[in-house]
Parts: sequence; structure tokens; C-alpha cells
Amino acid sequence: MTLGETLERNGISRRGFLKFCVTTASLMALPPTAATAIAEALASARRPSVIWLSFQECTGCTESLTRSFAPTLENLILETISLDYHHTLQAAAGEAAELAREQAMHANEGKYLLVVDGSLPGPGSNPGYSTIAGISNLQMLEETVAGAAAVVAVGTCAAFGGLPVADPNPTGAVPVSAVVRDKPVINVSGCPPLPMVITGVLAHYLTFGKLPELDEYGRPLAFFGQSIHDRCYRRPFYDKGRFAETFDDEGAKKGWCLYRLGCKGPMAYNACATMKWNGGTSWPIESGHPCLGCSEPDFWDAGGFYKALSVPTGNIGGTAAVAGLAGVAAGAVGGYLSGRAKKDARTAHRQVTADELEQKL
Amino acid sequence: MMTPMDFLLLVRGPLFVVAVAIFMLGFGIRLVEILMLGRARNFAEPRGSAMLGGFRTVYRRFSPDPGTFERAPFDVVIGILWHVGFIVALFLFIPHVELIRKTFGIAWPALPNPMIDAIAVITLLALFAALVQRLRDPVKRFLSTPQDYLVWTLTFLPLLTGYLAYHRMINPYPLILGLHILSVEIFLIVAPFTKLTHMVTAFVARWYNGATFGRKGVQS
Ligand code: SF4
Ligand code: SF4
Repeated sequence: MTLGETLERNGISRRGFLKFCVTTASLMALPPTAATAIAEALASARRPSVIWLSFQECTGCTESLTRSFAPTLENLILETISLDYHHTLQAAAGEAAELAREQAMHANEGKYLLVVDGSLPGPGSNPGYSTIAGISNLQMLEETVAGAAAVVAVGTCAAFGGLPVADPNPTGAVPVSAVVRDKPVINVSGCPPLPMVITGVLAHYLTFGKLPELDEYGRPLAFFGQSIHDRCYRRPFYDKGRFAETFDDEGAKKGWCLYRLGCKGPMAYNACATMKWNGGTSWPIESGHPCLGCSEPDFWDAGGFYKALSVPTGNIGGTAAVAGLAGVAAGAVGGYLSGRAKKDARTAHRQVTADELEQKL
Repeated sequence: MMTPMDFLLLVRGPLFVVAVAIFMLGFGIRLVEILMLGRARNFAEPRGSAMLGGFRTVYRRFSPDPGTFERAPFDVVIGILWHVGFIVALFLFIPHVELIRKTFGIAWPALPNPMIDAIAVITLLALFAALVQRLRDPVKRFLSTPQDYLVWTLTFLPLLTGYLAYHRMINPYPLILGLHILSVEIFLIVAPFTKLTHMVTAFVARWYNGATFGRKGVQS
């Protein structure tokens, strides 16, 4: 069955489907004409096989996708791909599940899309930290990636290591890209990523048969091309210097900028500001909380969620005072020593008369 | 391997502390040494207030004297332009004010970002013009030492990297933000040991000049 037929069976009108394609095209900054191409390609696409591996993760990414707002086209797209293996969503368990994975791998050799969420214990660390059916994450990834067309690392853990990598990284966790070298890896970061971004990437892949343009972190530029800060509706307040100082002061009530409360919007690249969450209801900054920069590498360790981006993380005031005093003391000692040397020279200085000199000669 | 975020955390954390410590230590030593040089006692009856005369001169010297302006209008205008621009961008840019507020507990209103942006461009151009003039004028070129060029670079880089970071012209963002902070740290570390000390000693010298004359009851 093609995707188009499945959508029809699920009661999605052609009109609704086209609307989805237009939105997807514009989100990915493609010309409007591309919507037709997307529609055609999607409608006639055979269900591509997708294997979804979950490693050291919290299931938030899957939650984001499935619980976002139901029922949606995004959801249906996801359902219509043949999700041959997904720990959380599949009914099978244990060896039966692993068998399904192996079957899907063999049947679609070289063509299936591998989606990974979660980080995995790196090659140098104890594989026992995370296993599935007795198989280590690393081994499973290496096995599964061999026949994959491409890998989509969903969520910040898979893309950059996320929480498991946070200091002190007890499991020696690494992101997918640290292990997969010979296959294209696309990072769909976010903790969790916006559902529309995940489906957008899949839709792009189904339409064009290749991965979209990526940024320097391997993220699709269409969704991660602009910072939260540059698209934030509170930006005029930032530019004017109007800030909320606490979470319930006048500024907070008036919706002023959250920079002082630690907003990482200037450093975060994600689509929250434009696409919003929960079906366009709202998004973190709109609800009054600073952006945590969840789509960025090392965001757990980026100097404190509630510390403004430009504020040094060390104790500057104290250091400045101590060092200043030490400098004054050192200067005083230096000054005293040179003063004494001068004085000594003065007292040691003897006047010599012409007579004395003559006697000496 | 060091990621851009590791780099940013390094310069935002320990390196910044080190830079500030060296800056304070260095300036402490330099200043106290100068002040402890002392002066021979003046037994003449004072005819005016040394203190007042000193401060008057500190203020008066902000306006260039007419002779200098006639001889070198370019230097005076460009010099004032980039000094003011540098100080405004340093102390009136929102994230900088935030840094000062969080570390020293004092704050003042900042200028809107588009204004700082324009001022930064003017400052960069003025600094560049100053360099070109230094290279083209035979007398200036002859008088210039390697330290002059070093100090020019150390002044130019924080502005340039700050501009690039604000406009996100280098990616990823933590890298350019880190480079900006690093350039400031180098400036802080080197300042007490180069002619950049004039940021403090200029005022000491002005005051001293004015105080001498103030004591004599004349204007300087
Ligand atoms: S709330 Fe955050 S993202 Fe929005 S303008 Fe302020 S600092 Fe930027
Ligand atoms: S606003 Fe920031 S922290 Fe929140 S989901 Fe978006 S990128 Fe992540």
C-alpha cells in the first residue's frame, strides 16, 4: 500500500494532505512549487522500512512524537512508514523483537532508514551499562547501521550525547556520530525535538530520496538554521534592555526578555520560536521560562540554566579583590625595597674632597 | 577532543578568573610602585589646593588643546572617536552590563543594541584608520615599536570578535563567543605590562600635573 492510500483509509482528505505538504515545504524553506513534488512523492511512496533503536534515553523523544497532538498528519506519516522495530511502540519483546529487526534488515538491505534515540556506552567503556536482549548498544548499532541507507539521530542524546554525557559521564556515553563514520548521519537535536522536525526530515527523505542540507553540527538547516533569539517574540525587549529579574516580578508579567534569568536563546538553534509546541499552542519562552538551549551540545554543562550567558562561571568578584590586594601588597614590598636601596645608597654615600683624592693618587 | 562548548566553558570559567587575577595583580603592583616613588617634600607655602587643581586638570585634559588639534586634527578626531566608541561598547552593551552586575553587584542602564552595533562599526573603522595612518606617516612609522602594533591588535580583536559574535558570522556560536571572551582575556593579561597601563596611569599623570600647578595657584 502506498502512503497516499493509507492516508485516505485513515480519513485524511487530499486537501488536508496538501496543506501538510505546503507547510512542510515552507518550513524547509523550499519554493512553493516543491509542495506538489512532496505531495506526489509522498503519496506514491512505498512504505519505507524504518528501524528505530533506543539506547540510553528517557523515551521523551518518542513521547514527543506520539503524544504531541492526536491525530495528526505527522503521526500518520510516522505510522505509515513501516516502523519495523521500535522497542517502545512494538508489541513484540525479547528474541521475537530481535528477530523482527533482523528480518527487516535483511529484507531491506541497504535501503532502510535507521533512527536512533539515546546515547550509547562508547567503545572504551563497559558495554554492560546498556544492553538489549543481551546485545550491547554498540554492537547493535554497528550491526544495524551496516545495511542502512542513512542514520537519523533523534534527540540531543543521540545527536550530541545529551544527559548521559553530562559531567561526569559515568557510562562513558558517546553520540551516534562518534561511532557511525561511513553512513550519512543527520542530527535532529532537541530535548525532545519538535515532532514536526522529526517528521519533516522523514518527509524530506521520502520526497527527495536524500537527506536535507545540514549545518556544522549535522542538523537540518531548514529547522536549525536560525537561533531562538533571532526569532524570539521577546527580542524587542532584549534590544531595548527590558528584562524580567525574577519569575514573578513586573517584568515577567509584562513579558519582558528572560536573558537575565539565564535564557540560552542566543546560543540555541531550534525551531521552537516559529513552530511552537503542542500543535502551535505555546513554547517555553512564551510560557515564561528561559530557553535551556536543549538542542545544543553539552547543554547540561553549559554553565547553569539560570545564569545569564555573558556572566562568567567562576568567582570573579572575589578573585579580583584578592588579586588586587595581593598586587598592592607585592607593589608595596617592591616599593619599600627599592626605597630602602635608595636610602642605603644615600647614607653610604661619602663626599670626597679634592685633598683626599690627591692623597690617594 | 575539545568541543566549541568545552572551549566556551573554559574561557567563561577558569581562564577568565586567571585573566582577571593577573590584571588586578599586575595593576596593583604597577600602581603602588608608582605611588611609592614619592616626591621630595615641598616646603614652599601652598597658594592653592593641590587636590582641586589635580582633579580640575584630570577633567580639563579631556578636551584637546587647540595647538595639538591644529597640528594633527586627524589624530585627535580619530583618537577620540575610537576611545569613546570602545568605552561605550564595553560599558553600555547589555550583556556586558549584565556581567558587571552579576560580578560586582553594580549596574547602570545600557544602550539599545542597534546603537551599540553602529558604534562598534564606527569604532572598528576608526581603529583601522588609525593603523593605516600609522603605517603611512613616515614619522609615526619610525616611532612605532612592535609593542604599538601588538597593543593595536589586542584592542581591535575584542571589538571584531564581538561584532562577529553579535551577527553570528562564525559558526558554531559557542566558538565565536569563546573567541571573543578569549580576546578580552588576552587584553586583560597583557594590559598591566604594556602601554595599555595608560588606562589608569593617564589619570595619575594628569592629576599630578594639575596638583603641582594647583599648589602654586596657577592653572595648568
Ligand atoms: S527571551 Fe531569550 S531568546 Fe527571547 S529575546 Fe530574550 S534572550 Fe533572546
Ligand atoms: S525553547 Fe530552547 S530549551 Fe526549550 S525546547 Fe526550544 S530549544 Fe529546547
